[in-house]
Amino acid sequence: MLAEIGLTMDGLFADVPAELMARSFDLLQGLSEQQVRNQLAELANKNSTNLTCFLGGGFYDHFIPAAVYSIISRSEFYTAYTPYQPELSQGTLQAIYEYQSAICRLTGMEVANASLYDGGTAMYEAMMMALRITERNKVIIDDSVNPIYRVMIHSYTRNLKIQLEQTHSTNGLANREQILAKIDDKTAAVILQNPNFFGCIDDFTDIANAAHQKGALLIVSCYPISLGILKTPGAMGADIVTGEGQSLGMPMSFGGPYLGFMTSRTQYVRKMPGRIVGQTQDKFDRRAYVLTLQAREQHIRRDKATSNICSNEALCALTSLVYLCLLGKDGLKETAQLCADKASYAYQRLTAIPNVKPHFKAKWFFNEFVLDLPREAADLIAKLIEKGFAAGFPLSRYYQNMENSILICVTEKRTKQEIGMLAEALESVL
Amino acid sequence: MNLVFEKSVPGRRAVRTSPSGVPTTINLKTDFLRESPAELPQLSELDVVRHFTELSRRNFGVDTNFYPLGSCTMKYNPKVAERIASYPGFTHLHPLLPQLRMGGMLTQGALQVLYETDLLLREITAMAGFTMQPMAGAHGELTGIMIMAAYHRDKKNIKTTVLVPDSAHGTNPASAAIAGYKVVSVPSNNKGVMDTDALRKMLNDQVAGIMLTCPNTLGLWEPNIREICDLIHSIDGLAYYDGANLNAIVGKARPGDFGFDIVHLNLHKTFATPHGGGGPGAGPVGVKEKLLDYLPVSIVVKRDDGTYALEYNRPKSIGYIAPFYGNFAVILRAYVYILMLGKDGLRRVAENAVLNANYIKEKLKKHYALAFDVICKHECVFSISKQMAENGIRAIDVAKALMDRGFHPPTVYFPAIVKEAMMIEPTETESKETLDAFIDAMIEIAKLAQTDPEKLKSAPLTTPVCRPDETAAAKNLNIACL
Repeated sequence: MLAEIGLTMDGLFADVPAELMARSFDLLQGLSEQQVRNQLAELANKNSTNLTCFLGGGFYDHFIPAAVYSIISRSEFYTAYTPYQPELSQGTLQAIYEYQSAICRLTGMEVANASLYDGGTAMYEAMMMALRITERNKVIIDDSVNPIYRVMIHSYTRNLKIQLEQTHSTNGLANREQILAKIDDKTAAVILQNPNFFGCIDDFTDIANAAHQKGALLIVSCYPISLGILKTPGAMGADIVTGEGQSLGMPMSFGGPYLGFMTSRTQYVRKMPGRIVGQTQDKFDRRAYVLTLQAREQHIRRDKATSNICSNEALCALTSLVYLCLLGKDGLKETAQLCADKASYAYQRLTAIPNVKPHFKAKWFFNEFVLDLPREAADLIAKLIEKGFAAGFPLSRYYQNMENSILICVTEKRTKQEIGMLAEALESVL
Repeated sequence: MNLVFEKSVPGRRAVRTSPSGVPTTINLKTDFLRESPAELPQLSELDVVRHFTELSRRNFGVDTNFYPLGSCTMKYNPKVAERIASYPGFTHLHPLLPQLRMGGMLTQGALQVLYETDLLLREITAMAGFTMQPMAGAHGELTGIMIMAAYHRDKKNIKTTVLVPDSAHGTNPASAAIAGYKVVSVPSNNKGVMDTDALRKMLNDQVAGIMLTCPNTLGLWEPNIREICDLIHSIDGLAYYDGANLNAIVGKARPGDFGFDIVHLNLHKTFATPHGGGGPGAGPVGVKEKLLDYLPVSIVVKRDDGTYALEYNRPKSIGYIAPFYGNFAVILRAYVYILMLGKDGLRRVAENAVLNANYIKEKLKKHYALAFDVICKHECVFSISKQMAENGIRAIDVAKALMDRGFHPPTVYFPAIVKEAMMIEPTETESKETLDAFIDAMIEIAKLAQTDPEKLKSAPLTTPVCRPDETAAAKNLNIACL
């Protein structure tokens, strides 16, 4: 090839000054496939994946049907890129359109984008969207929102002129008194979560109404599995809904890749970040799908774009769609009900243990709840790891005065027997 | 093709849930429940599998077709990385485990992957340390600019502006803007590279830094790259390297050696992780020594006893930019790729990527107008303006005609500074036979543009749809079936 074009390899790099060529490049020589598989199998084995998982906190161990992996492993999907050429991407484009539809139906909203990175960046993008819509700069966020997302929002807004005000939840629920007092005509949005980080369920209709009266928006982050049975943020009057989609068919994979989803109202669609797929016709009047409203995006609008996002989480959006199609209308409802039932059973089993008490008086929860243990939760959780349980999350990591509190999650994967064993193990370490 | 919702049959189902074994909950009151279930499809497993298999066949991917989409580095994604990413030891790992007391010991294998990928990327880029957290290239850019802002805040520098070349990807100005900076565009000169005289005039104490790809989006080496970095440093600005085009130089030259202070890499480009139809990607950010303190929380460290741990106590850090440790399964694939290619393999990536691009450039330059007729790096940019002027053919027509010949088109209409641009990035994983077939198709299309331009304008004819009406899509907005 070099001879055919009359060049040498050195000639191909002649434009790079010699003094800028790598002085050091201290890597090992390449491994064979067999070597690398052995080496990585060894590393995989150093991870403890045999713990019975009662750990949640926004990231969940749900059952994933085999067909999910089988479908998303088709390399026609995973070796494609952003569907810039619609003729060659109808598969990806139709799937995204179907995903947008499914996620709207799930959240009770009208429009969705093609995905964002994760639940936290989706919440940040929703906040930025609300600032654009309202042209205001005050944002209220309750501390019952996932603390990891709250610290992320804090990082992202550090160089921006945003007045971020936090309210302090009472009895496990968003603090209505503080929130309503803070909503004023400078408020762009109130950010809440349902079920919240403590697992408690709420209905934000009153807060939505109060926000709307002052021209502010309500942003709700939600757990999509819970929407198999819970009232939708759409029905509560939310304006932007976001969440972490990992629970919809994605393995936990030590933190990613996950899926940020976002839905909103039709009147706000032009302020939404990210890719959006629309239906149209081709020149022979056939139904076709294309990327649409691209004038919002960075490749057209550059520094005036609604977001800088380019690559999103398309394959994860496809995963969630396939998962929702396999579970279907009945399966998602049953899965959500199973989560709630098993969590309720676990709550009763565990609170029957002497000196184990519910932390909040609020008694409505989905599949997570907070218990107070007689001693430091972090220490007891460590002891339960030795007994084979990831028993829950110590809330003292993010909340003051909760040293003895543990957040326990129960998905449909946990059996009655496993719950019983957790109760016995907990009792034995107290 | 019908939508999955249109195929739904009441009562049909794919998944049987396991028996509960526990009583139905009393902990929910009806006020908190939805009125009716979400209208999801009701289908058998075979219905679902067939629907998505049919959809997959309406896609081009790297595994099915040559995909020389410029600026996107659509190289082959090795299957071994997919296999390893599916090991249960990685997939079943809850991300909160390390936050439990002694929990880090439960995830030593995963932490080691992150730590060693960091070391490898340092050596590849000549940087002092990385964060693996950014979940895409643009997310890395935002992270990098936040680090830039933290540096200036710490030094009490008042800086308002970030410089970006006019040939840059749209993400560069967008990232700088959402981080709170004013963006000023630096012009290219008549050789397609940065106009350093113009740059000099734009420098003032308000400039926080500059964002650059090198080679640039025209596939050209920036000859004054060292000088550009020095100029930026002279006003205490920082030089940011957008790693989108690292494939051209990986293993041969390192952005840290050119003078860059901050680097992001696109693992889904240079390091062969799948593009996924538009993500997930990963955009790790590396920095020089003086910026290490600003990297996001947390960082994986190796203790004296050889174990790995997460360090959270980073008072100068920009904070959390992702919930955990980035797109771990993507980083894992890139780690596998780097281990398998090794020192010589990575160098040969750049050499073959550059060779393939120059081969196409030389073979096609008689038939299409080159934007700049010099040695290119990993991609070459043509302008279709000659054919356009003569016969009304545009870049989009060439792109559509390529589809009927079994090729994914190159990137068109980018960079915007070239009229009717067509940006070809073949990557190193394509054989000479594939390149020759593509070249033949391009030459045939160039001839057709002279002899039968109407035929090109009617392309493509072999795809499921042809030239969908994008204006109608935006005007009669239908983005969800409810």
